[in-house]
Amino acid sequence: MTATGIGASPRRKEDFRFITGKGNYTDDINRAGQTFACFVRSPHAHATIGRIDAAAALAMPGVVAVLTGQDMADDGIGGLICGWMVHSKDGSPMKAGPHPALAQGKVRYCGDCVAVVIAESYAQAKDAAEAVAVDYHPLAAVVDAKAALGPDAPLVHDEIAHNMVFDWELGNYKETVDAFTAAAKVVSLDIVNNRLIPNAMEPRAAIGDYDSGTGIHTLYTTSQNPHVARLVLSAFIGIAPEHKLRVIAPDVGGGFGSKIFIYAEETVCVWAARRVGRPVKWTGERSESFLSDAHGRDHHTHAALALDAGGRITGLRVKTIANLGAYLSTFASSVPTYLYATLLSGQYDIPAIYAEVQGVYTHTAPVDAYRGAGRPEATFVVERIVEEAARQLGEDPAEFRRRNFIRSFPHQTPVIMAYDIGDYEASLDKAMQLIDYDGFPGRRRASEAAGKRRGIGLSTYIEACGIAPSAAVGSLGAGVGLWESAEVRVNPTGSVEVLTGSHSHGQGHETTFAQLVSERLGVPLENVEIVHGDTDKVQFGMGTYGSRSGAVGMSAIAKALDKVEAKAKKIAAHLMEAAPGDIEFKDGRFTVAGTDKSLTFPEVSLAAYVGHKFPTSEIEPGLKESAFYDPLNFTFPAGCHICEVEIDPDTGVVRIERFVAVDDFGVIINPMIVEGQVHGGIAQGIGQALLEHGIYSEDGQLLTGSFMDYTMPRAGDLPSFQLGLTTTRCPSNPLGMKGCGEAGAIAAPPAVINAITDALQIRDFAMPATPERVWRAANAVALAAE
Amino acid sequence: MTAVSMTVNGKSVSADVEPRTLLVEYLRENQRLTGTHVGCDTSQCGACVVHVDGVAVKSCTVLAVQAEGASVVTIEGLAKDGKLHPVQEAFREHHGLQCGFCTPGMIMTAVDMIRRHPEGLDEATIRAELEGNICRCTGYHNIVRAIEAASAAMGAKEAAA
Ligand code: FES
Ligand code: FES
Repeated sequence: MTATGIGASPRRKEDFRFITGKGNYTDDINRAGQTFACFVRSPHAHATIGRIDAAAALAMPGVVAVLTGQDMADDGIGGLICGWMVHSKDGSPMKAGPHPALAQGKVRYCGDCVAVVIAESYAQAKDAAEAVAVDYHPLAAVVDAKAALGPDAPLVHDEIAHNMVFDWELGNYKETVDAFTAAAKVVSLDIVNNRLIPNAMEPRAAIGDYDSGTGIHTLYTTSQNPHVARLVLSAFIGIAPEHKLRVIAPDVGGGFGSKIFIYAEETVCVWAARRVGRPVKWTGERSESFLSDAHGRDHHTHAALALDAGGRITGLRVKTIANLGAYLSTFASSVPTYLYATLLSGQYDIPAIYAEVQGVYTHTAPVDAYRGAGRPEATFVVERIVEEAARQLGEDPAEFRRRNFIRSFPHQTPVIMAYDIGDYEASLDKAMQLIDYDGFPGRRRASEAAGKRRGIGLSTYIEACGIAPSAAVGSLGAGVGLWESAEVRVNPTGSVEVLTGSHSHGQGHETTFAQLVSERLGVPLENVEIVHGDTDKVQFGMGTYGSRSGAVGMSAIAKALDKVEAKAKKIAAHLMEAAPGDIEFKDGRFTVAGTDKSLTFPEVSLAAYVGHKFPTSEIEPGLKESAFYDPLNFTFPAGCHICEVEIDPDTGVVRIERFVAVDDFGVIINPMIVEGQVHGGIAQGIGQALLEHGIYSEDGQLLTGSFMDYTMPRAGDLPSFQLGLTTTRCPSNPLGMKGCGEAGAIAAPPAVINAITDALQIRDFAMPATPERVWRAANAVALAAE
Repeated sequence: MTAVSMTVNGKSVSADVEPRTLLVEYLRENQRLTGTHVGCDTSQCGACVVHVDGVAVKSCTVLAVQAEGASVVTIEGLAKDGKLHPVQEAFREHHGLQCGFCTPGMIMTAVDMIRRHPEGLDEATIRAELEGNICRCTGYHNIVRAIEAASAAMGAKEAAA
């Protein structure tokens, strides 16, 4: 291992600009002559819209235009789309209502965009937005997914009965029914997965720009996948032909899923720029992020586990109602279905699984992928019910899990996934050792002696990452293939540019991708530049989400590097008058095997561009190769997280005393960056378990619409984390990587809740475990006696 | 419009601004110093922290006109003579940033925190002092490490001086 190659932790190349204030985020960009947009948003969760009177607004200083949904329709601009088709049990396709970027006739959630005011300054646009008079006729709203299915529930889209988007199933129904009939014991649990609001620290932003000379539209935007945004904006929404639309995602301040989607505001900016003939800039305020970024989770689930007399799991049955919000966001339908139920086997050998999921419209913000996307919801169900089963059997939860682990690979689950490799016992053992599991009873006694309660909770999770392969996702309804592309350009001086379809918004690709190149070509890290986030520079790519950039994005780079090496060897062979098969390439040097003849990588790079050094009739000049990589399978990172809490029954405050995470991510490029990803994921997972909750009032007002009401995890809420690794090399991609971005968010919530329910000796506790609710639970007996 | 003059990163600047202009807007838009970020609209996140007369303030919560005559230092003014401030160094060394959006505010807050705690900083104090800064990426683990290290390094330097 070199100091900068695979497995080393060089400090990040991107950091210098961020620590000196030289980052380049969308709001930092200004275009000559730009105007500013402010959106008029619905104050009602459900209303029909009569007249929109913009006269007063248009008369205000600096106002350039006020545009509505009618203007968009007049220009032939289509609605936003959902790119993943899901079919109901009866074979019928999901029912999706129209989703205009600016409302047409009706608003369906609080914050729905009704009109846009464009002015010379943002302050002027905002002032004028207040003056747009919209004639609303409020209607009854429904925010709870279960209630929305009711016979008298108000309809979000008039044409969609019972607000039911789909009624979907997965698994082996008959075997599952038989397993429950034959079961020695059945354990069941009702589980709520709380609605979360992603809150990347950089609010969404967009600048639309239009060049009337060339007809080219440019959209600068906070996107995790600029190419997909371009494709959707051109092919489906009809903003501009694909070759006349450039999408640039510069530095992006966190995404966590929320910046995958193609939203109304970005769409409007690029369209409005053409319409008003000037650049249009919009930067969301945090309140707008709360209202209009796609939310996450929001599931109600009933789960039941069948056990045989020996304490082996023989079946799992799950019925989930998933709140999808008022419109189907870009990937909304895939999250509670194919990204959720396919992971319900967890780490366990379960012969029969049957899941039913109803996707439901409500008058709330659209719900889509948020860090983990379906997999945290699945893991929460599995790890909560497994814990409950162990407790009902009076058994140590670690031993119950151990007995039921999958032990041979590949393993085909009843819910599509074929796990390629893993060693679940290794991570369980290591985590138990790191947290000193055996010492827990002593620590519990010490806490009790001090008037506190202490609990410990395990979570042995699995996730499917490296979202791909195309054939598999295509057969499940994805509207796009999920491969990745890369292009490696070697300059004549031997420095290297890598163009990747992945996008970095905190993951450190500029460093880890360069490490791979440095290791393979023997060039110093500082001579490698990673280019991403611009559809004019990178030909196509699928972007970054689902922990896919390592396993898929880097594999594409590795494939392109293979081609570079092969061609460079041919050129080196000519230069040294040897057969290509005799050339060895190692540490940046081409050597004729068994001789002392050698050339450095920069020497060969230069020669590649000096055409007379080799017969260009046989070898084309230049050294640039590209590759598209489509993996064989998903990857399956897995591990064990253990949380130990202490609860003060007088205050209800839950303190996380220890948090141990042992993960198997396969081969790791940069351990420092991987640890950072795990820390961040755990913090979001603990946030979900203890603090965060997106709450709507019954009439559809968002009650948690700011950082004053929605509790983000702060430094004082969290402990330092103790991390460990176990490794099984992933056989499904050339680098052996699995992905690490979501593990913490997936594994942490059940670990925390298992610890809290253990501490309080109660069966269940709904997230988030806020002090007030924990205090009530801790004092339930005393409260009941009052 | 109101005239306002101040020193920003050692340079005297003046401009006519609308009285309602926030200091952060003035810095980002008039001075084109975009290192200072806006992460919220309720003075909660700390992405906007700068130093006004040597003290950390949330520049989204101060009007530009309130900084009349003051000396303002932003993240762009922290490195001196091309040399990074020890807190900047520590954030890079300890991987105290991911997307970088909260980072300028975190660093400016940390510099102020270390100044106010010449006795040194332990983990509990750092975590309590970070109450006003939100990071969604790092889980704070490495931010705490970075501030501990910077505090130790700066204390050591002072002791040596
Ligand atoms: S922008 Fe100042 S505290 Fe959030
Ligand atoms: S590094 Fe992204 S918010 Fe802190």
